[in-house]
Amino acid sequence: MGRADTQSRDAGIEVEGLVRRFKEVEAVSGIDISIRPGEIYGFLGPNGAGKSTTVHMLTTLLPPTAGRATVAGFDVVRQGPQVRATIGAALQEAALDPFLTGREHLRLGASLHGIRGERRARLIERLLERVGLTQAGDRKVRTYSGGMKRRLDLALALIHDPSILFLDEPTTGLDPQSRSALWEEVGRLARDEGVTVFLTTQYLEEADVLADRVGIIDHGRIVAEGTPAQLKAEIGRATVEVVPEDTEERVRLAALLAHFGTETAARPGAFAVQLNGHGALADVIRALDREDLRAAEINLHQPTLDDVFLAKTGRKLEGAEDEEE
Amino acid sequence: MSDLARQVGLIAHRSLVRTARQPGAWIPPLLFPLMLMAVNSNGLRAATHLPGFPTTSFLGFFLPFSFMQGALFASGIAGVDLARDIDTGFLNRLALTPVRGSALLLGQVGGALGLGTVQGLCYLGVALAAGVHIDAGAGGALLILLLAVTVAAGFGALGLWLALRTGSGEGVQSQFPLLFFLLIISSMNLPRNLIEVSWFRDLATINPVSYMIEAMRSLVIQGWNAQALALGFGFALALLIVSMALSSRQLRYRMTRT
Amino acid sequence: MRSRFEVAIALAYRQNTVLFKNPSLFLPPMLFPLMNFVAFAGGLSRLRHVPGFEFKSGYTAFQFVFVLLQSAAFGGVFAGFGIARDFERGFAKRLLVSAPHRGGIIMGYALAALVRWVMIAVVLTIVALIAHMRVGGDGVDLFGLFALAIIFNQVGLLWAAGIATRIRSVQAGPLMQTPVFMALFLAPVYVPLSLLSGWIAAVARLNPLTFLIESGRGFIDGNPTQVVAAFSIAGCMLVVFAIWARTGLARAERAG
Repeated sequence: MGRADTQSRDAGIEVEGLVRRFKEVEAVSGIDISIRPGEIYGFLGPNGAGKSTTVHMLTTLLPPTAGRATVAGFDVVRQGPQVRATIGAALQEAALDPFLTGREHLRLGASLHGIRGERRARLIERLLERVGLTQAGDRKVRTYSGGMKRRLDLALALIHDPSILFLDEPTTGLDPQSRSALWEEVGRLARDEGVTVFLTTQYLEEADVLADRVGIIDHGRIVAEGTPAQLKAEIGRATVEVVPEDTEERVRLAALLAHFGTETAARPGAFAVQLNGHGALADVIRALDREDLRAAEINLHQPTLDDVFLAKTGRKLEGAEDEEE
Repeated sequence: MSDLARQVGLIAHRSLVRTARQPGAWIPPLLFPLMLMAVNSNGLRAATHLPGFPTTSFLGFFLPFSFMQGALFASGIAGVDLARDIDTGFLNRLALTPVRGSALLLGQVGGALGLGTVQGLCYLGVALAAGVHIDAGAGGALLILLLAVTVAAGFGALGLWLALRTGSGEGVQSQFPLLFFLLIISSMNLPRNLIEVSWFRDLATINPVSYMIEAMRSLVIQGWNAQALALGFGFALALLIVSMALSSRQLRYRMTRT
Repeated sequence: MRSRFEVAIALAYRQNTVLFKNPSLFLPPMLFPLMNFVAFAGGLSRLRHVPGFEFKSGYTAFQFVFVLLQSAAFGGVFAGFGIARDFERGFAKRLLVSAPHRGGIIMGYALAALVRWVMIAVVLTIVALIAHMRVGGDGVDLFGLFALAIIFNQVGLLWAAGIATRIRSVQAGPLMQTPVFMALFLAPVYVPLSLLSGWIAAVARLNPLTFLIESGRGFIDGNPTQVVAAFSIAGCMLVVFAIWARTGLARAERAG
């Protein structure tokens, strides 16, 4: 069953009160998510928050302890085979056989999904080209770099033309170039082919750049959900940071900037205010000009998802995993 | 049914390709038993002078040991390969396809079967070249091969169960001494009736491995012995069935897809 | 000299601590000799009835000697695996940088191998005695047997150390084991040399380990035989493989 067969079905994801317990540990504590067809949903949280456990439940690899979830209209518990037929998944490890070539992986994957003959051969070549592995297709996977393995992983997830794609931390360990290439492909899949993408990540930038909507999970619960812009707007405004050309003008600078917002932490030698709505960056610049205050540097910092996480949990996302240990 | 057969074929093909691409995995299982066969068959030749020893050719007598040792190696290879799949998450990848659990197990055993066949042909070829005469003739040689392959499959399935239980290659390999012990406490070196130490003889008598060895041996040195063959094949098939059943049950815990 | 011993003792202590904390490293070297002893002494005892088999202390003692020497050799080889592992994980590099006397490093591994083997030898001897092994030799004879075994243990270690320091990876394991295994099994394992025939008899006569095994059996039988030859061969092997190991270590040091 590929994308064509499910066009009439809802290619979205609905989750209600999903729970997963491992003995005494509740890894996922009742989450509700609703993802529209064609949406890229970013699931952001530190290590141990419950992201991968959620993915395992939604991809039918782990039965939930309680709650309900449907993927493409199929119940993940009662209709496991149907769910698996409509989804593709690239899980946290790029699960590949080091002794097989890239082409052999795709051939095995396609064959197991019942794709045969000419169609299979064409599909394999098309996917290899799409992920930039045509040249390396006949090399054994153990000779691949991390980025190449991830790309093959993605190709394998797409082999049967799924309408929903699960990506569990797909760019962890990749260099910036490989990461960008993967983002581009994921964006294209959603935009041009209407694939619904459920993406888990611990990288703020990834969620910010890729996701239409973001759900932030911590200790098994969703603490915030919305578009990146909505979430950031919810918790605060932008910060303007100015480095004066003449350090002796700092006092005058502080007095001027106080009109535009409240003082906040800044780098040594700089002065920063969080804008309070009485003017934007342009107004600040005009004011500096009027007062003949020269600035060596002016920076505008928008709130980040880390700030959102901090506001909701009292901890920074990037330090949160250390605290779990 | 044809879907199952197709899936078994795909997994078996992968298993065979993987084994073939790891010379470090299949060369020692091929050479080591041959080395031991050469050394032990000469080192123990004096045993043929014992009253009641059933043959004058110790090489013919000892030949089944090579098949059994080869089967142990096959067990290790099958187990370690599956453990690697569990470790790398490849089993999860397979779980996301329509592949059935039974196809997965039967296909994995395919690698052990393939290796067992190559080993069997090799050992038989070397033995015949060294002058071993198979009393049961060409048909007997084929039956030896068939039994050897069945034993390899049985031990291969046992290796799969160990992999599914332990989830690691090291876990599989750490059980190897126990399996080797099964081989040692058998009639591999002397016929059971010539084993002097009573507790050893008793253990060899209840050890199914003894009957597998004796079945193969009977074809070489006796000809057609229906009882020996029935016991040998019976225990080999029982090992295969029990190991597959255990593996199947354990797979449900490892691959908990809904 | 004092410093060399300090290095050796510190390293030996560390090696044995690692061993005892990891049953998967400790148990196989303990179990395999016991399994072999059971298989050979238990399963093949009828061989003493082969015409011409004359060994008054019985087949259990006959096989005990072989298994003791085999366990000694492999005790050394397994310790060599530890050296390879140390190189692979970078510990050996730290050792080369910090140890004031390089000779102490090999001595440390040798001492660790000896300690490990002594435990195996004690268990093996107890099991053999429980199995009613008859000992025809006196205290001096037994001292001779165990002295041979100790030298053999060190030879095994030095051989494996030479391989480990050259290849510096656990992949060297089969290369360490296989020659030792073949050398042992191309000797009179199951019956005395006089009862071997064919090509294996010719090979066994040339095999230096045959002298050690036959001499060891002579000790336990109270009928010492080929003692000078056995100890001379053992001594020569010790010197040759000590050079082999030391030059291997130098090579590892140069490789960085």
